[in-house]
Amino acid sequence: MHAIREAVNAVRRAPFLTLLSAAMVALALYVVGLFGVATYNLHQALQRIEERVEVVAYLRDGARPSEITVLEEDVARMEEVRGVRFVSREDALEAARRDLPEFEELFVGLDVNPLPASLEIELMEGYRTPAAVARVAERLTIYPFVEDVRYGQEWVDRLYLLQRIGALTTTVLGGAFAVVAALIIGTAIRIAIFARREEIYVMRLVGATNGFVRRPFLLEGAFTGALGGLMAAGITWVSYQLVSRAIFRLEWIPVSWVLAGIAGGALFGLLASGLAVRRYLQEV
Amino acid sequence: MIRFSKVTKAYPRRGKALDDVSFQVEKGEFVFITGHSGSGKSTTLRLLHLADRPTDGEVRICGFSSALTSDRELWKVRRRVGMVFQDFRLLPGRTARDNVEFALEVTGNRRGEIVARANRLLAQVGLAGKAGARVEELSGGEQQRVAIARALANEPQVLLADEPTGNLDERASRGVLDLFRELNASGMAILMATHDLELVRAHPSIRLLELSEGRLAFDSAVPDASPVQGGD
Repeated sequence: MHAIREAVNAVRRAPFLTLLSAAMVALALYVVGLFGVATYNLHQALQRIEERVEVVAYLRDGARPSEITVLEEDVARMEEVRGVRFVSREDALEAARRDLPEFEELFVGLDVNPLPASLEIELMEGYRTPAAVARVAERLTIYPFVEDVRYGQEWVDRLYLLQRIGALTTTVLGGAFAVVAALIIGTAIRIAIFARREEIYVMRLVGATNGFVRRPFLLEGAFTGALGGLMAAGITWVSYQLVSRAIFRLEWIPVSWVLAGIAGGALFGLLASGLAVRRYLQEV
Repeated sequence: MIRFSKVTKAYPRRGKALDDVSFQVEKGEFVFITGHSGSGKSTTLRLLHLADRPTDGEVRICGFSSALTSDRELWKVRRRVGMVFQDFRLLPGRTARDNVEFALEVTGNRRGEIVARANRLLAQVGLAGKAGARVEELSGGEQQRVAIARALANEPQVLLADEPTGNLDERASRGVLDLFRELNASGMAILMATHDLELVRAHPSIRLLELSEGRLAFDSAVPDASPVQGGD
C-alpha cells in the first residue's frame, strides 16, 4: 500500500520528470514499433506469396476416373497436403479463357481442347519449402497416368531464400533495436532515480528495509515504462496511418504485439529501476 | 552499549583515517568527539552507524557487531541508532511534518499512529507551530530540529550527531545542545562530533573524546589524562 502511495506521490510531485522519462522510453520503443510494423507487413506479404505455392499434376488423356479418384485419395492422405482439387480439361479451358482474355482469339474455333486435366495440390503451412514441395512432386511422378508435375521450382527456391533473409534480418535488427531500447530506457529511469537519491538515502538512514525502499521505485519504473510503451504505440499508429494514406497501404500489427510492447516497456522500466536503486542502496 | 575495539579504518587513497582506536560508551552517556578536520570524527560516527566497516578491529553498538551484521540487516541498526548531520539532509520541497512522517512511514507505522507521533516529535523539538512550513522556509536551527525529530522517530537508544551545530549560529547551537541534554536526561546515549571547542568548554561535565590524526589522543573518562588541544 505504501509502495503504491509513494509511487503515485512521486509521479505527482515530479510529473515533468516522469513524462520526460516516459518520452525517452517512448522514443526508444517507437523505433522498435516501426520495425515491428515493417516486419509484420513483410511477413504478411511473404505469407500471401507462400500461400500460392502449389503442386500441379497434369494427367494423361487416357486416365480413367477411378484412377484419378485413387490418386486424389492418396494425395489427400499425404501429411504435407492441405487440399486437392481436380480440374477437368473443360474447366482448364474455361479458366484459360477467363484468365487470359488477350488470347481469346486462340481459343475460338478450337476443334480439340489442347489442355490436360490436372490435380491442383495445396500444401500445408510449414511444407512449402523447396525440399517438401519437391518431395510431394516426386511421389506424384510414380503414377503412370501422371504426365507431368510442375511447381515452379525456381520460384519456390527464391521465395524460400527471401523468407530466410527476412527472418535473419528480423532477428539481428530486432535484437539490436531491443538492446538499444533497453539501454535508453535504463538511462531514462536512472536519471529519474538519480533525482530522488536523497530520498533513498533518508529511507536507509531511518531504517527502512531494502525491500521497502525498492518497491515504490520498481512500481514507478514499471509505470513509466508502460506509459512510454503506450505513447510509443500511439505515435507508431499515427506513423502507420500517415504512410498508409500517403505512400502505400500497410496492415496494422496485431493487438498482442502492441500489448507485448507496452508490457516490454513496463518490464524494462522495472528492471532498470531495480538496478539503479540497488546501486544507491549500496551507497548508504 | 558501544564498544570500539582496536578499530583501524584505512581508505585506498587517503591512508589511515583511524588507527587502533578503542573506547566504550555506556547507556545514557553524553560524549563529545572533537579534533581537527581530518582527525577521524566523521569516520568514527560512520563506523558507529555501520555505514562503513573497519579495516581492522570491531565496532559493537546496541548488540550489533560490525563483523556480523550484513548490509541487509542494517535497517535493524538504524532503528536503534539515530543520526543527524551538519547539513540536515532533509527532503527538500516538503514540510517539517512530511519529513518526520516520512521516517515513520518507511519504518512501517500505521497512518493514525504516524500523524500522532509526528506531532508529538515536532512538539518535543519545539516546532509544533511550524509543522506545516516547508523546510526551505525554516532557519538552520529549525531545520536541524526537524532532522533531530526525524532521527527520534524510531525511539533510538543512541543518537549520533556529526557536527550538528556546524551551520548554526551561537543561539541556535545552544538550543540544539539543550535539546540533546534533554534527550540524554531521558536515558538516550548521545555521541556528538564537533570542532566547536567553545561549546565543549561550556559543558565540562560532558565526556570528551579527542582524536588527533586518527588516534584517540584524550578521553576525559580516563583518570589523569590531559587534552591535546587543551580545550583550544
